[in-house]
Parts: sequence; structure tokens; C-alpha cells
Amino acid sequence: MAKAELMDYERAIELFEPVLGFEVHVELNTKTKMFCGCANEFGSGANTNTCPTCLGLPGGLPQVNHQAVESSIRLGLALGCGIAESSRFARKNYFYPDTSKNFQTSQYDEPIAHDGEVTVELESGRRVTVLIERAHMEEDAGKLTHLGTTGRIQGAEYSLVDYNRGGVPLVEIVTRMIEGAEADAPEVGKAYVAHIRELVKALGVSNARMEEGNVRCDANVSLRPRGSNVLGTRTETKNVNSLRSVERAVRYEIQRQAAILDAGGTITQETRHWHEDTGTTSAGRPKSDADDYRYFPEPDLVPVAPSREWVEELRATLPEPPAERRARLREAWGFTALEFQDVANGDLLDAVEATVAEGASPAAARKWWTGEISRVANARGATAGELVSPKHVSELVALVENGDLTDRLARQVLEGVIDGEGSPSQVVEARGLKVVSDDGALIAAIDEALAAQPDVLQKIRDGKVQAAGAVIGAVMKAMRGQADAARVRELVLERAAQ
Amino acid sequence: MDDLTRLTAADLAQKLSASEVSSEEATRAHLERIASVDPDVHAFLHVASERAIETAKAVDARRASGETLGPLAGVPVAIKDVLCTQDMPSTSGSKILEGWVPPYDATVVRKLREAELIPLGKTNMDEFAMGSSTEHSAFGPTHNPWDLERIPGGSGGGSAAAVAAFEAPLALGSDTGGSIRQPAAVTGSVGVKPTYGGVSRYGAIALASSLDQVGPVTRSVLDAGLLHDVIGGHDPRDSTSIDHEWPSMADAARAGLRDNALKGLRVGVVKEIAGDGEGFQAGVKQRFDETVRLLTAAGAEVVEVSAPSFEYAVAAYYLILPAEASSNLARFDSVRFGMRVNPVSGPVTSERVMAATRDAGFGAEVKRRIILGTYALSAGYYDAYYGSAQKVRTLIQRDFAAAFEQADVLISPAAPTTAFKIGEKVNDPLAMYLNDITTIPANLAGVPGLALPVGLAPEDGLPVGVQLMAPAHEDARLYTVGAALEQLLEAGWGHPLLQSAPSLAQSEMFASEEGAV
Ligand SMILES: [Zn+2]
Repeated sequence: MAKAELMDYERAIELFEPVLGFEVHVELNTKTKMFCGCANEFGSGANTNTCPTCLGLPGGLPQVNHQAVESSIRLGLALGCGIAESSRFARKNYFYPDTSKNFQTSQYDEPIAHDGEVTVELESGRRVTVLIERAHMEEDAGKLTHLGTTGRIQGAEYSLVDYNRGGVPLVEIVTRMIEGAEADAPEVGKAYVAHIRELVKALGVSNARMEEGNVRCDANVSLRPRGSNVLGTRTETKNVNSLRSVERAVRYEIQRQAAILDAGGTITQETRHWHEDTGTTSAGRPKSDADDYRYFPEPDLVPVAPSREWVEELRATLPEPPAERRARLREAWGFTALEFQDVANGDLLDAVEATVAEGASPAAARKWWTGEISRVANARGATAGELVSPKHVSELVALVENGDLTDRLARQVLEGVIDGEGSPSQVVEARGLKVVSDDGALIAAIDEALAAQPDVLQKIRDGKVQAAGAVIGAVMKAMRGQADAARVRELVLERAAQ
Repeated sequence: MDDLTRLTAADLAQKLSASEVSSEEATRAHLERIASVDPDVHAFLHVASERAIETAKAVDARRASGETLGPLAGVPVAIKDVLCTQDMPSTSGSKILEGWVPPYDATVVRKLREAELIPLGKTNMDEFAMGSSTEHSAFGPTHNPWDLERIPGGSGGGSAAAVAAFEAPLALGSDTGGSIRQPAAVTGSVGVKPTYGGVSRYGAIALASSLDQVGPVTRSVLDAGLLHDVIGGHDPRDSTSIDHEWPSMADAARAGLRDNALKGLRVGVVKEIAGDGEGFQAGVKQRFDETVRLLTAAGAEVVEVSAPSFEYAVAAYYLILPAEASSNLARFDSVRFGMRVNPVSGPVTSERVMAATRDAGFGAEVKRRIILGTYALSAGYYDAYYGSAQKVRTLIQRDFAAAFEQADVLISPAAPTTAFKIGEKVNDPLAMYLNDITTIPANLAGVPGLALPVGLAPEDGLPVGVQLMAPAHEDARLYTVGAALEQLLEAGWGHPLLQSAPSLAQSEMFASEEGAV
């Protein structure tokens, strides 16, 4: 595959207006699958979480998972959608070995949620509203592994199919056309998918791990020549599965399509594959609006008709919308945009909020979570939240603020807490790490240090206060770090003056 | 009578319960009957002799130990091959499933086992229940016990022939457009298609999901009620199954045996399918009219009702059924179960293996309907075909609703003709499809229907059946009226109709002399 010609991005935006659309699949974290009682979980042996229904055996019949409907309604409400009084499943008919029945059971013209909108905020502060056409329920397919020389379907000697994922509940969220994003188009894509991810996480309806495929994005991109009101032909780049990739893939398609159009070529309506390693897309299956899946209402299921009372009950369980929550927290904490970004990007909003609730100052909570705790988490390949509790962080902050610990000591205490040695106070106790706050012991050490460095003493007395550093260093060393450096400095200046 | 195979299920159950006979004896008697007549009738695709005897012995042991058993415990039963059974192959009459033993039991089969009936084996059927003669079975036709050169109806010809030939007192069938009722009519047996959703479809190999319904095939209305009580009821595994407090159908049948059970009953004769139209045999019409007069004489109030949309029922049915079937049958792709055939030449890709398997595994009628259904669902044709057919369905439901304003039950011939000769219509699909003209409306509307024998056609001496229909959920009404009518008819004949059927004893001798299987 020859690498496509790309047009310079700024030039592409000058010539064309990008038009976007996204289909985001969210895998729900229900206990069981969409249409049967099999466990919705990974890591089990191949084809162990299967039954006659999800294996598509003759005689198998689907039953709708109530919990999946509940999650879908909550997600729909959180997207600002209307919830249909009656919605139906349909059969999408096509032959493929990862689809056990050779049709996918999916909502089609009667989705459970329709017509919503979300507003995303870009780093520049620009806000963009994305209209949601629909959110519908469907089932996932099984997983094919192609064995042979290439690892791809072409040239595979044989393929294995694992239906554990077959029938796992998905909600597909489809946007309307997004126009007017202009040069921000790639960032709009990224911000939109980030928003969905944050939303489903806050709702608790999905594990929301993009790297595990819990949230998958298909990005539609087309270009409209400036001055034209005719939409361009779109491509659909499949399975763009990280936020950064969404941004890169949209940008790449804009540049690629612009180069083709500018050279007088035409865009083929097709699905495209995203290649994370090279940051490029390549042609997949030609797709046309004439693709005929012979949809018809699923006769094995009755319509899903949630009562209005139930929908309202579910509405009452919605968490604060992530954007509103962020605005509220930033205001309450008094962070700069950059400081807040740090917390939000590190997925640390919950941790900082809980730590503040335990009594710590927002600044201290932020400092610990984005600093030392994140560093240790990185080094250990863990997430910050699972290393230490907000309660313990708050306690640590209090010990520092009371002067019981220096920052350096506090880092040692944190290490002990992370290693399971107990609460910060218990670690201080066990490791004997408390700051020496007995001035007598400090003065003795200072006097000794001043006596050992008479030249320094003279400089201090001559008004060269910065020379005190050498003495402070010696004292801190003698105290094995367990002293408050600021207090030491005060005392050094005091003793030198005498 | 000493022959245990001639007893109704109700009578056999009584003897079992009184310990006059053992289930083992009853089971062996039926297995022997199968061994002697089935080489000619070919009602069974699979006979589970050893397991049936084992199960019977176990039931006898439990009875001996004083356990209270269900009303049909120890009674043998035959199971249509459309139903999944985890200890017997389940082929739905197709080569593509030859030898396939499912890893699970259909809900109705599980219920049979829980009620301690004795499964004898699996009965023959048109492939995937597509047909009205059982000639489309991939494993050869079933023969009508009244005349072995004739068809036993279809698709459930195997189940109907099994009870009519006294190979089993009870059988399960499935009815998508008449597959229980039409075979009952042409074999002189009783068959019931319950209200859609009254009996679980879980584990029934689907033909057309919105039409399929499992039901009893027996030699008496009471027996059908007893079997219905075993298999009916809500099943959470079938989303279309109705959560409803069903009355006992057996009790409803017994209520029909009381004096004056028919007095004041409003019986509606559906003008459009009353036997006057083209394709109805004179003898069928004659027996039907006599039956209506019999009902009037018994105090029923007979009214004529009209269902103008029934005219379009067959056409709508032959769009809806193939559409749903084309999708239901997509899973037969060789990937997870069943036959697998590699392409004769060229690359061996999954798509080509699927195609080769489906080409080799499906019979002509199945392919015909898959093509029809695929076409009917295609973009650009959907509204004209599938969409219009669904509208007809709504109109038919309205016709039923209007008719049931005037009548408590509706009555019509159960089939337009008596059993035709094997081979007579097999190459004329349209003629074959018209066999179901009387039965299809009930499936399209989801209402229950019961077929029972009303005599022999004078011109050919073959059984004629009528069909009773009731509003949805009112299956019990059919049993009451059916049992009452059956009692009147048998009083006239002096015995059940099936006693007039050939004993097949000659073929029994013939079979043993020839050393046939
Ligand atoms: Zn399953």
C-alpha cells in the first residue's frame, strides 16, 4: 500500500470545510449478555460463556436484558435524548462467521433514545454542540483469529472463532452531521469521544476503557469545497480506539481527501482501517447506501416499552453532567486552567474531590495526586486511585501542614502507606519519621555547624544571608532530614546574630 | 381390549395409575407396534427404544415406591423432529442437520420429561416444516395409515401418522400455517394449535417465528387437553410466551362431556372458508355441513360470519413465512454445527464453504422459500411485499375480532381435501400451498385452532376434519366445544373414527415375512 499524498493541513482547511460524524459503540458492563444469561466477561476460555442462544444453535431464542435497557435509558437521558415509548429490535442480515445467527439483533428504525445533544469544550475555550441523532441497543459479534502466515483474513490458513463476546450488549451513539468545526475538527472529534467516555464512566454503565474496546469510535469524514453547498463523499474510518487516534485519524482523512480532491480525483465511499503505528488509514470494504441488510423487525422479541414512571425514576439517578461538574469543581477549587487540566487529564477528579472532602486543601490535594502519587503509579504501572485512599492523602497533608512532616519525610510516609504499612500516622510511628521540633536539639546542632564553619558565620554576620545555606544543609544532614528546614533557617540566623 | 396401543392416553394413564399395567409394558407395546408398522408408515426418523424402556422402568419404580406422579406419567409420546432433544438427533427433516444431537432440550421436551412421559422417538416432517405432505422430508415421505399411497399431511405428517397408526398415543407437533391441524384432518386424528405464545418455542427449530406454535397431536380431544396442560404455560426463555393464568385444558375438555354443553353456544361459519370455494372437495363440504347441523341439533346457535380479508391470507402468509425463514435459516452455515461441505473446486474460504454446505444441505423447497424471503425483504421491495403482508395480517386480525363479536367459536373444514396421493402435488407448489387456505388465518392472527375428525368422505372413504377457532387466550373454549362435538359424533358412529382405519396388520405380516426392518 503506497502511502497516500497528504495536503498541508492549513491549506486543506482553506480549500475545504470538513464535515464530521461519529458512531461510538459503548460496551455495557452488565452482568450478563444482551439476549441470554451468559456472563458478560473476558478472560474466560474460548467459547465458555456461551449457550444455545448466543451460539445461534437451532431453537435458541433471545430475551432482552433488563439491566442493559436500564443502562441504555440512563445513557440516552444523559445525552439529552428522548426515550421512545416503544422501541423495537430488528434483524440486520448478513453472513459472517463471527455473527453466530448470521444476523445481528440491533435496533434500527425504532431506537430506544433519539434526538439529544452534547456540548464539548475545546482547549481554546471554544464550545461546540454536537447533535445526537440516536442511541440504540445492539449485540456485539464474536472474535475471529486468523491463523496462518499474515495474521489477516487474506492468506489465513484457517480462522478460529470465539463467541464469548458474541451477544455482549452495546449502545451505539450516532451523531448528526457536525458542521462548522473548521480547523478544530480533529480536536472536536477527540473532545466528543472523550465526553462520551467520561459520561458512560460517570453513569457507571461501562468500564469505559478504550484500550480494551469498551468504547470504540467510527469516524466519518467528508470535505465540502469552500463555496459549495453539496456534501462531499464520506469515508468511515473504523475502530479508532484512543482519544489521540481520533484526533489523528480525522486530521489524516482531511489531509488525504483534500489532496485527492485538489488533484481532481474523487473520494470512494468506503470503510477505512486506522493504523495506530503509522498514523494512516487504508481502504477497507467499499460501502454504499445500497448495502442491503434486509432489516425487518425481530419477531422473536416484543417491543421494549419503558413506562414513563420508570424513565423518570432513572432520570433521577443521573449523575451531575461531567462538564457541569468540572466547571463547579474548578470554581470551588480556584485552580488555573492548566492546574485543572492536569487533574482532569490524569483522571483524578474523583480522587481530589474526595481528598478535599476529607479536609485537605484543594491545592495540597492536587499537588499530591498529580505529583508524587501519579509518579509512583506510573512507575508501578498502576492507576493512582488504586494505590492510596483519599482519607490517607488528607491525613498526610494535615501532617505536613502541622509541621509534623517535611515534604521529603511525607514522601517516605506515602511510600509506606502505599506498601500497606498502615495509615500515615502509623507509618510515621513505625518508621520514626517525625520532624525534630525540639529547638534545643536543633540549636545544639546549629552551634556545632557554625563552629565548624567560621568563615560562613562571618559572611552571615556581614549580611550575606544566602551563605546560611551551607549551615542549614549540614544541620539537616545531622538531623537525618527530620527537621523543618524553615525553622532551621530561622534559628541559624538567630544564633549567628548572637 | 388387550392391545395397549389402542387405548387413549387418558385411559392408559388411568390403568398406569391403578397399576393395572406398567409403563414398561405400555412402552414395549408401542415399540413393537412401531417395529411392525413403521417400515410401511415411516412416521419416525429415530426410535429411542432402549432409553424409552429405561425411562419407563424408572417411572414404574417411582410409582411402586408410592410417589405421586403427574396425570400422564408413564405414557409414551412421540416428538416432532423440529424440537431439540438432547438425547436424540434433531434434524427438522433436513440433511443439513443429519445426526445432529443438540446440547439441550426444548422447553416443551423438558416439560414432557418432568411430567414423566416416555419419549419414544422423533417423527418425520417436511424439511424445516415447509410443506403440507411430508414429501419434502430429506429422509423420505411418511405414508397415511388410511392408505399408504397417500400423504399424511404436513409438515407434521410423522406425528399425525404415528398417533393414527397407533404407534404412539400422543405426539407433539408444530403449526406455522396448519402443520398440526391439516395432518390431523387427513389422518383422522386430533390436533391443536394453541394461542400464539401459549406454548414455549424455546428449542423449537424456527421456521417463521411470528407464526410457529407447538401443540398436541392425539386421538381424542381430552388427550390433547392433557398434553396441552403439560407443555403449556409461560417460559421466560421465550419472549413471545404469554404470562397468563391458563385454565386446565383437560378440565375444559371434560366440561364438554356434560349434558347440554353446546346449548346456546354461538358457532360462526366463516363464509370465505366454508367449503364452497374452488378447491374444496365435495365430500369435505358434505361432512362439514352435517357437522354444522349436528351442532344446531345439539342446541348451538349457528350464524354465518364473513372474513373478507381471508382471501389474501395465503398470499400474505407466503411472504411473511419465507421472509422470516430466510433469516432464521441463515444460521445453518456449517461453522458451529451440522453438515459441512467444501467447495468442489476453487479456494476454501468460509463464505464458499457456507455456500457449498447450504447448496448440498437444503432441499429444493427450502431453497425456493429462502430465495422468496430474501427477495421479499430486499430494499425497494420490502414495503410492497413484507410491509403489505403485515398489513393484511392486521386486516385478518380485525376480521377475527369482528367475527368473534358474533360468535363464541368459528368453524370451517380443517383442510380443503382429503389426503391426496403421494407425488400428486409435489411439483406444483401453488396447489400445495392452497392446502393451508383454511388453517393459515389462525396463525396470522395468533388465535387458537383445533382440528378433529368428523367422518369419512363418501367418494374416497378418507377422513375429513373440521377446525374450531376461538379468540386468543380462549383455548379452553375449543376443548370444551371439541370434546362435546367429538362425543356427539362418536355416539353416531358407535366408536372413534380411527377404529375404522386399516389395522395395517396385513403389512405387519408382510413385513415380518419379508424380514423388513
Ligand atoms: Zn448465551
